[in-house]
Amino acid sequence: MSNLWKNYRFLALRRFVQIGLLFLYFSANAYGFKILTGTLSSSNLFQAIPLSDPFALLQMFSAGAILSMDVLIGGFIILVFYMSIGGRAFCSWVCPINMVTDTANWLRRKLYLDKIEKKVWLSKNVRYWVFGLALVLSFLSGVAAFEMVSPIAMLHRGIVFGMGMGFAAVLCLFLFDLFAVKNGWCGHLCPLGAFYSLVSKQNVLVVKHNQPNCTLCMKCKDVCPEKQVLAIVGKRSGDVVFGECTKCGRCIEVCEDDALSFGVRDYINKNG
Amino acid sequence: MSNLSKKATISDRRRFISLMAQSIGLSALGGMIWTGYIQEAKSAPLILRPPGAKNELDFLRMCIKCGQCALACPYDTLNIAKPGDNMPVGTPYFIPREIPCYMCTDIPCVPVCPTGALDESSVSKVEDGRTVLEIKKAKMGLAVVDEESCIAFWGIQCDACYRACPLLDEAITLEYKRNTRTGKHAYLVPKVISDVCTGCGLCERACVTKKAAIFVLPREVSQGDLGDHYIKGWDKADEKRLKNVSTEVTTQTTRSEKTPQDYLNDDGGLFNNE
Ligand code: SF4
Ligand code: SF4
Ligand code: SF4
Ligand code: SF4
Repeated sequence: MSNLWKNYRFLALRRFVQIGLLFLYFSANAYGFKILTGTLSSSNLFQAIPLSDPFALLQMFSAGAILSMDVLIGGFIILVFYMSIGGRAFCSWVCPINMVTDTANWLRRKLYLDKIEKKVWLSKNVRYWVFGLALVLSFLSGVAAFEMVSPIAMLHRGIVFGMGMGFAAVLCLFLFDLFAVKNGWCGHLCPLGAFYSLVSKQNVLVVKHNQPNCTLCMKCKDVCPEKQVLAIVGKRSGDVVFGECTKCGRCIEVCEDDALSFGVRDYINKNG
Repeated sequence: MSNLSKKATISDRRRFISLMAQSIGLSALGGMIWTGYIQEAKSAPLILRPPGAKNELDFLRMCIKCGQCALACPYDTLNIAKPGDNMPVGTPYFIPREIPCYMCTDIPCVPVCPTGALDESSVSKVEDGRTVLEIKKAKMGLAVVDEESCIAFWGIQCDACYRACPLLDEAITLEYKRNTRTGKHAYLVPKVISDVCTGCGLCERACVTKKAAIFVLPREVSQGDLGDHYIKGWDKADEKRLKNVSTEVTTQTTRSEKTPQDYLNDDGGLFNNE
């Protein structure tokens, strides 16, 4: 039992946080609990603290909207939180799509689909192009471009207000991740993930590697959705400094040799 | 070419240029599909927005799709557009025949809007030096009557819409007309006063016909625009519009280039009566 906890503790906590947040949003609409109202685009905590998606605001700004104080404060709170503390933790601790793509990924391993995929034809940098494109298209079309198509918002709104054909979009994404490209959406295309990666270069929480303990089993790289960030594993001790790390903690859980842990970023000695 | 193996090795520079070309090409492709979708979604014209909504283009620019307005509405009037509804997803709208806007005097849906897409000032008035909410100023749409399907125009007495209207006898009035068919009855027909109507849709919901004979349309759809050429000379208020009119303004269309007589008689060469 304690082994089970040790191997899945972060996963369990993440699901608890993800589903808990969804429940709070859902119950605001369904039962009128006013703890967390709205959607991931913009919400209100305890009817007092505004919270807004800074990437949505960035798009609205490029689209030519005048941003109200309310959403600016909300966006600032969220941005500061992830920039300074959480890093890209939004992806693995909050985003509902994460549960969809994690499931696709898990099935992928069970069905040995990873083994037959010949080569990854999609670059991991495409997401930064999508990010740029979202801002350009917002400017050209006068609406927040990614918000018009975002499967994240569709799924989240769907859970709170009703899905409609949003199921189809989420299913497409699931099948794409399952059969087409490993981590296709979150690791290659999603501009929101790209945004959080870009702003997460100096946040406090990082994964730390203790190289002498490492037995080079490479289980961590198998399970990591962004395995390029684990480049130091087996080579030297230090911090996983990349913004693309989603702070999911899976690598820490699967490591049987205590070579990985969460910790505070070493701001002085960057190379550990 | 013969000295290159099947998988030719290319220089880093060449690879970089090719990768850039591919990225730019794919972005252009993706961008065009994406833009196409956005333009399509934006152009849905028959959407009724909550009270105080900015004009459609500004509304779409500003609404962050949080759904707070829909949560605040005690009557569940406001829906959030889902994929498949053929409207910009995530934005609020209402369908009067299902649930109309009951014109709450405290307008709970508007102050909760974090972005100002629902503009509080457009549904407020100053009373005794204080700003108070005034739902009567809302312009969600405009009710129009289809005289063919409205039974009051047949001479049957029905004033369902008239009585359902929260602005009773202000937004809809009943007009008395002689029924020449019977010679001894009157028509009592509903007439919408467009300055007053808020577009709440209570009339549309109350209408007794199978498909409502009075229905709310967005104002951009249901109203024309006079321009500055026509002024009610007998109306002092309307005459004021003349003040700001520039004499330079002329309406230029291919038809208006001709003399007024030609303008009305010209069939644009459609019928060649040689
Ligand atoms: S990459 Fe995008 S979809 Fe994936 S978890 Fe992050 S925000 Fe969500
Ligand atoms: S005025 Fe009242 S009934 Fe109408 S949309 Fe707003 S909250 Fe709903
Ligand atoms: S409250 Fe305002 S920003 Fe939020 S969905 Fe309604 S109109 Fe849009
Ligand atoms: S929509 Fe109908 S009921 Fe509402 S104010 Fe206009 S005329 Fe009256």
